[in-house]
Amino acid sequence: MEKIAKSLEIPEARYSFFRQAARRLWDTRSARIGLFIVAFFVIMAIVAPLAFPYDPKIDSNLAMKLKPPSLEHLFGTDQLGRDVLVRVVHGAPISLRVGLAAVALGLMVGTTLGMIAGFFRGALDSIIMRLMDIMLAFPATLLAIAIVAMRGPGLNNTMFAIGIVSIPGYARIARAVVLALQEREYVSAARAIGAKPMRVLFRHILPNGLSPLVVQATLNLATAILEAAALGFLGLGAQPPQPEWGAMLSDSYKFLTIGAYWPVLFPGLAIMLTVLGFNLLGDGLRDALDPRMIIKSKYF
Amino acid sequence: MAILGERASVENVERARHELGLDRPLWEQYFLYIGKIFHGDLGRSIRSNTPVAHEIVAKFPATVELSLFAMFIALIVGIPAGIISAAKRNSIFDNIAMIAALIGVSMPIFWLGLMLAFLFSIFLKWLPFSGRLDSTIIFSAKTNLLLLDSIIARNWVAFKNSLAHLILPSLALSTIPMAIIARMTRSCLLEELGQDYIRTARAKGLRENRVLLKHAMKNAFLPVITTIGLQAGTLLSGAILTETIFSWPGIGRWIYMAIQSRDYPIVQGAALLITLIYVLVNLLVDISYAFFDPRIRYQ
Repeated sequence: MEKIAKSLEIPEARYSFFRQAARRLWDTRSARIGLFIVAFFVIMAIVAPLAFPYDPKIDSNLAMKLKPPSLEHLFGTDQLGRDVLVRVVHGAPISLRVGLAAVALGLMVGTTLGMIAGFFRGALDSIIMRLMDIMLAFPATLLAIAIVAMRGPGLNNTMFAIGIVSIPGYARIARAVVLALQEREYVSAARAIGAKPMRVLFRHILPNGLSPLVVQATLNLATAILEAAALGFLGLGAQPPQPEWGAMLSDSYKFLTIGAYWPVLFPGLAIMLTVLGFNLLGDGLRDALDPRMIIKSKYF
Repeated sequence: MAILGERASVENVERARHELGLDRPLWEQYFLYIGKIFHGDLGRSIRSNTPVAHEIVAKFPATVELSLFAMFIALIVGIPAGIISAAKRNSIFDNIAMIAALIGVSMPIFWLGLMLAFLFSIFLKWLPFSGRLDSTIIFSAKTNLLLLDSIIARNWVAFKNSLAHLILPSLALSTIPMAIIARMTRSCLLEELGQDYIRTARAKGLRENRVLLKHAMKNAFLPVITTIGLQAGTLLSGAILTETIFSWPGIGRWIYMAIQSRDYPIVQGAALLITLIYVLVNLLVDISYAFFDPRIRYQ
């Protein structure tokens, strides 16, 4: 084996799987850019509320309304005279929180359902997967809109709706992973020494099938942030005066007709950059965590 | 409450509940609704009291026109871009096209729509911002697909005008499908280009264009078609955002307004319609496999 590795010149062969993956991720330029963008917004989301506390309820200065970008207000001011830069910065924690909460919900529920379906097969499998098929029959954004419209607007319902919509994606991947790994020897070994099904599932199968789920979660974060912004824009997500990026767009877009582009341009750019960051990172992770891809592209 | 307002008396609320069937058990309401759907009855709008089914028939052509035109743009840009990217892998064109595609899927379409509107209709004043047709143009529509109607009536002024109204919203709506189709075409084609039969085709001296378009593309096309089918969902949900921004009088804007005024029969009916179309389009895609891939036909 060592000889083969040497002859193919895979120097990383000595290191652990995750170290190799991290190395490959860092070596891909697009993934590195994605990592930087994501890190930038995460740091902004953590630091901003601590360093510059902001209360959107008392923020308004009508004397300064709709001023174009200047040195004093780099991103200009909106129709209530609020500094757009300040609000864009304080929008970061909201968008990231919605994204993370939605992904956490989808990942946990979807993975559990998918693994149970794949592990136990039979009637349970059919019931779970047909339910997932029904959910997939709806266009995702429409389903999210319908759920929020039913439960009432707000950030919590936005997280809930986007999380629910993402469940079938995880369930399908988790099921496929379980089906593929179930036949492995270490799983048979675990069963042979008498491990209970849940232990086999969560201690032996899950850790080894984590890669595709991590990739899906990263890419899903991008979609979740985009969908949250769309719901905010439709008035179903965060409610004014909360500085959520989508809601900011919907507050200010009427003023485009009088030439005030800045309260629309900058929150939108923030959404795009964050989503782009997660997309780049997700694509990079997919390549890095799938060793076959690398070997394929290098040697064949 | 949405109907009677805040100050409704208890008796009135009870009567309204009875008239709307809200006092019956949930499962009975559900089966009643399903039963009515099969008779083409989607209920009545709470606000305007018009039958939802009639409104759908009136508003649907606008959405169809917008979605089809957006898909047309997505296909004529996305597929060639994907093919060229795959053929000239790692070239400047490939890199630029793939970065553009990635930005395309990362962009909120409502924001792109607003920025396009600002640039082309408010700043440059080249294209109109809202609606389907200028109110100065009087024109009797038959199918309500204005482009088609104006061609049938040979009314070129109306044709030009409705095309001008169509460009911005459909451009905004087409970005995501365009980006996804371009990426998918590229990756499927690259996969096929690594196959043995491609080497054979090249070895027997076929020109590269022929290898690419005749041999590889034929096999790479199947997953691309699936992707195109799945984009029907993106287009229809995207229509809610695009139509709202551009005041396009179709199903999307209608859903948005119904959500705002909590007109649930409309939201239900329109969501049902969109889902039905989505499922039907994907069914058609599955059936079309047999047409494109003889192996499936023989099974």
